[in-house]
Parts: sequence; C-alpha cells; structure tokens
Amino acid sequence: MSYATSLRCRKCGREYSLKPLSLCDFCLSPVDVIYDYKSMAAAVSRDKITRGPRTMWRYGDMLPVEGEPVDIGSGLTPLLKADNLGWEIGLDQLYIKNDCVNPTYSFKDRPVSVAVTKAQEFGFGVVACASTGNLAASVAAHAAKVDIKAYVFVPSNVESSKLIGIAIYDPVLVTVDGSYDDVNRVCAAVSQKYEWGFININLRPYYAEGSKTLGYEVAEQLGWHAPDCVVAPAASGLLFTRIWKGLEELSMLGLIEPVNTHMYLTQAAGSSPIVNAFKAGSLHVHPVVPDTIARSIAIGNPADGNYALRVARQSGGGACAVTDEESIAGMKLLARTEGIFAEVAGGVVIAGLKKLAASGTIERNQRTVAFITGAGPRTQETVSDIVRPIVIQASLESFEEALGARV
Amino acid sequence: MFTFPPELIKEPIIYNLGRQFEVVPNIRRADVSENKGWVVLELEGEEKEIERGIAWVMAKGVRVDPVVGDIVEG
Repeated sequence: MSYATSLRCRKCGREYSLKPLSLCDFCLSPVDVIYDYKSMAAAVSRDKITRGPRTMWRYGDMLPVEGEPVDIGSGLTPLLKADNLGWEIGLDQLYIKNDCVNPTYSFKDRPVSVAVTKAQEFGFGVVACASTGNLAASVAAHAAKVDIKAYVFVPSNVESSKLIGIAIYDPVLVTVDGSYDDVNRVCAAVSQKYEWGFININLRPYYAEGSKTLGYEVAEQLGWHAPDCVVAPAASGLLFTRIWKGLEELSMLGLIEPVNTHMYLTQAAGSSPIVNAFKAGSLHVHPVVPDTIARSIAIGNPADGNYALRVARQSGGGACAVTDEESIAGMKLLARTEGIFAEVAGGVVIAGLKKLAASGTIERNQRTVAFITGAGPRTQETVSDIVRPIVIQASLESFEEALGARV
Repeated sequence: MFTFPPELIKEPIIYNLGRQFEVVPNIRRADVSENKGWVVLELEGEEKEIERGIAWVMAKGVRVDPVVGDIVEG
C-alpha cells in the first residue's frame, strides 16, 4: 500500500487529491506528492528493504503506488568503486553509480516505472511523452509490458539509430518537424487536448518520485550511509532534486544518519541555464536555447531548474558547466579507466567531476558518487572518430609487419 | 511564461497583447526588475487567436515557453 496522501503546490502550498495533475491550478507551479511519513516509518526497515526484490521496487513502501507495479526489472544497478578513475583525477573514495544497465539503458526506467504504474491506476488507456531518445524508449517498453498504447513524439532530426531503440517496442512513433521549441509547443497542445497519461506532464508528480530510488540505492550500497558529495547531470533538474530527496527521506525515516551531502550538478556549456543562475547568484533560472551534442540533457527551460538550484546551494554544493570537447574527453576517460561506456551526459558528469576535483572543491578523501545515467551506444556517433583499426591481410606475416615491435 | 529582455521592460506588451488580439491575459506569478523580467500567465481565447498573439509577442523579442517547462526530454 502507498503512504502518499495528497499533492501539494511547491509555491503556494495548496493541496490536491492524488490525481493526474501537472501544475497548481492557482499559481501554475509544480506539485509534489506528500506522504504520511509517520506511518511509512513504522512500515519500513533496513532489513525489510534488504529482503525485498532486487529491483527499485524494494523501496515500494516509499513510492506513491497502490498495487502491483509495472516492473521491467529496473534499478538496483551497480555502485562501483572507481579506483582507476579516482587515481587519475585525485580522489581516493570515488564511486560510479552505473545506471546505464537498466532495461532500456538509462535511469529513465525508474521514473517511468512509477508513472506507467500510476497511468494504469488512473485508468489511462494511452501513455505519451516527448523525447529525443531515452525517455521515449522507456515509455514504449513499459507500455509494451502492460499492453497499452504509447504515443511518443520525437523531433524529426533525431538520429535513425535512436529511433530503432524506440520503435522496437512498437509504440506509435511520431516525428515532428520544426525547431526544438516547436516540438515543445505542439506536445503541450496535444497534452491539453487528449486525455492521455502524459508521462512528464500530468503524471509528472509521480514520475518524479521514481528517481528518488537512485538516492536510496546509493545509501544502501554504501552500507546505509549518505555520500559526502554527489555529482549528477541536470537537464530538467528533476533527477538532481530527487537524489537529494531520496537521501533526506532515508534520514527522516531513521534509516541513515542526518545527511550532510554536498550536491554538485553538471550541465553542458551549450545548455546550462541552472549553472548560469548559480554562478550569477540568481534565484531564477532564465531559459536558454540549447546548443550541445549532449542532447539527452539539452533542456533550455528546465521545469525543476529553480529547485535544483536551491538544492545545490542549500547542500553546500555547486554547479559546473563543461564544453562538448570536455564531455567527449570525459566519456573516453570513463571508458578507458573503468570500462563503462556512457552516453555524452555521462561525459558531462565525468568532465565536471574532474574540474571539481582539480580545483579542490571536492577533496581527495571525500566519499563521492558520480551518477552515470545513460549508456553510450545510443550516442555512439559522437565518438565515431575513435575507430582507427590496424588493417592486415589474413596472414601472420601481415600481422607482424603491421604491428612489428609494438606486440 | 514570458521572459522579457531589458530593452522591452518598459513596453506594455501584455496590455497591447490583450488590446490587439482577442485574448485575455491572466497573470499568476511574475518577477520584473530593471534588467530582466519573467511573467507566468494564462491566455484565454480562441486557439488561433492565442497562436497569433504569441507569434506577435515573440516577434517583439519576448521569449515564450510552456509553463510546464520543456516537455521534450532526453
């Protein structure tokens, strides 16, 4: 059973019943799921969680769903001690949370699992989303699992390799001509006209909660301790704020000690509205027009930007932007040192982490977790220049002639 | 959400939007200073008229974004 009690507006505090809702009717601000933490605390324990399913649904008591979840096996992904990378960048206690290994190869499976479960509970026959790749694949996969229709809207300039990773789950795939802003506007209009479960619009309050499990898992995997520092990517800002919320909730429920984690967000310099606001000391995140190869985090008008900004500030953390060149170098560094092929957003995280370590902002002995949220093959065209094979004829002589003393 | 650049702060754009088009602007939240301003507002009217009004506002140099934030995610 769920301990969720209502939805509450973050700005004006107005409360709503647990229903599909994107924004507060009055001040048009985001709404959050509210829980009865007292009852939840009585129901959860470290032992119960540890004995639970080996997926994100081991934390089912802390998520806003009533019955059986729509579960394709998401979560409980590896937390790896990254000694090689740590040695290169000067951190002794570095960990990588590898969320590439979710069923559709990104962290999106966590929030989508919750959102599609709620779509089922609310009786929606159709779920929908707008995405450049990861979200669309995850929504289509979860819809396939429960045999409901999925509409996914994709900008028409998305690479065909990404479309295959979506189309395989057999959604209604719609490519939209026009600029990034045009796609946003048409999807907003579609969501208003059709009574669908739009994953990141009217199901967004529930969708958001799935990402808390990243915070829960990291603490559990560190022996029920919060890390000293978190470095995570920020697009809409939702993931970043939910990692923090996950840690805070564990503490509130008495499962870990009080949290003193410094939260650092990273963005690509070509789409860094939250970093801009952090550096300017602003309280408001002003939208930008994204221009970066890190397309999975290229959001110019982040819905949770102001809240991500607040988490970075209140936790004593920070915000860091990196160029596309630095991101590619970060992808290569992670693969070369730890054997993990991340998407470009992962390169943004590693490049940001490297800067934070080099400047001494994150200290050598601080227990630091870097979040890698999507797998590399979906953006592999960005590093196609690395393929430089040694060409030989099918003979030993040719091999030795080509490599000679290098063997 | 409308985001105004500094050079447009003094212009009564929302007033003119309501006068020139058959739309009713209803401001819910806002923060306007001498440097920059943003206004979260609802526009009521026929869909075509709202689209025409938004196109006019954008042509003036105001950035217009859905209040739910960017919907297209990674």
